[in-house]
Amino acid sequence: MIDSRGPRWSAGLTSIVLIVALITRSPVIIIIQLVQFGIGAFAGPPKSPYAWLYKRFVQPRLSKDFDSEDLRPPQFAQFVGFIFALLATVGVLSHTWPLFTIATSFALFAAFLNSAFGYCLGCKLYLLGVRFRRV
Amino acid sequence: MNSTLIIVAVLALATAYGLVDRRRAGTIKAKADSRHSIAAHEIGSDLGESATVLQFSSAFCTPCRSTRSTLTSVIAHYPKIKHVEVDAENNLALVRRLDIRQTPTTLFLNSAGKEIARAVGAPKRDQVINALERI
Repeated sequence: MIDSRGPRWSAGLTSIVLIVALITRSPVIIIIQLVQFGIGAFAGPPKSPYAWLYKRFVQPRLSKDFDSEDLRPPQFAQFVGFIFALLATVGVLSHTWPLFTIATSFALFAAFLNSAFGYCLGCKLYLLGVRFRRV
Repeated sequence: MNSTLIIVAVLALATAYGLVDRRRAGTIKAKADSRHSIAAHEIGSDLGESATVLQFSSAFCTPCRSTRSTLTSVIAHYPKIKHVEVDAENNLALVRRLDIRQTPTTLFLNSAGKEIARAVGAPKRDQVINALERI
């Protein structure tokens, strides 16, 4: 169980980083985001750099009274982000700009929805994925 | 294309989608023409005496928890109605047959196990009460 505000705050920071990536087309920026998604997806959201920033600088200023949430929904969302960031990284390193722009835009779409609306990506995508995978 | 334009378009689309999704989520729709009928053995639990509220959940779903607590607390007032929660991933045959696409999805079944209403997304408390009063 984790503080449910953490993943939403991280998604907000992710949105900003992805906007900067779209403007600058900087490999460094998108790779920073790729590493964040990778750690969140494979080691768990609480071990990610953005979660560290949240715990160090943001959480102490917020109310101690918060909703807790299961680790798995945000971890699934980080995994979806990781796939898009991976495509975006391939795009930026090979100068395939349409791939970079489309992949980064999808990641921004999902991160912004998560941050602004608390949108649950795992609710919509996971079951569809399993349904198609195990026909 | 100009990256600023792309960013504005992505954020606008995400906002529009988020607002529509928020409004639509959890709305209980009557299924007068539904041919879906569920037997007790399919959900590993007896049906309720007058009705059953069947909730499909998954591990990657944050709103499934709030749906569970909403349904449990409302149904506590109706001794003849039973709340049954099943894991979608472990019941894929049923999920495909009933065309469950995301979690939480909640089915309202009459005493014979026939689906009479369905809510996709976390249902709202007053709507659940309305649906139960109509059964």
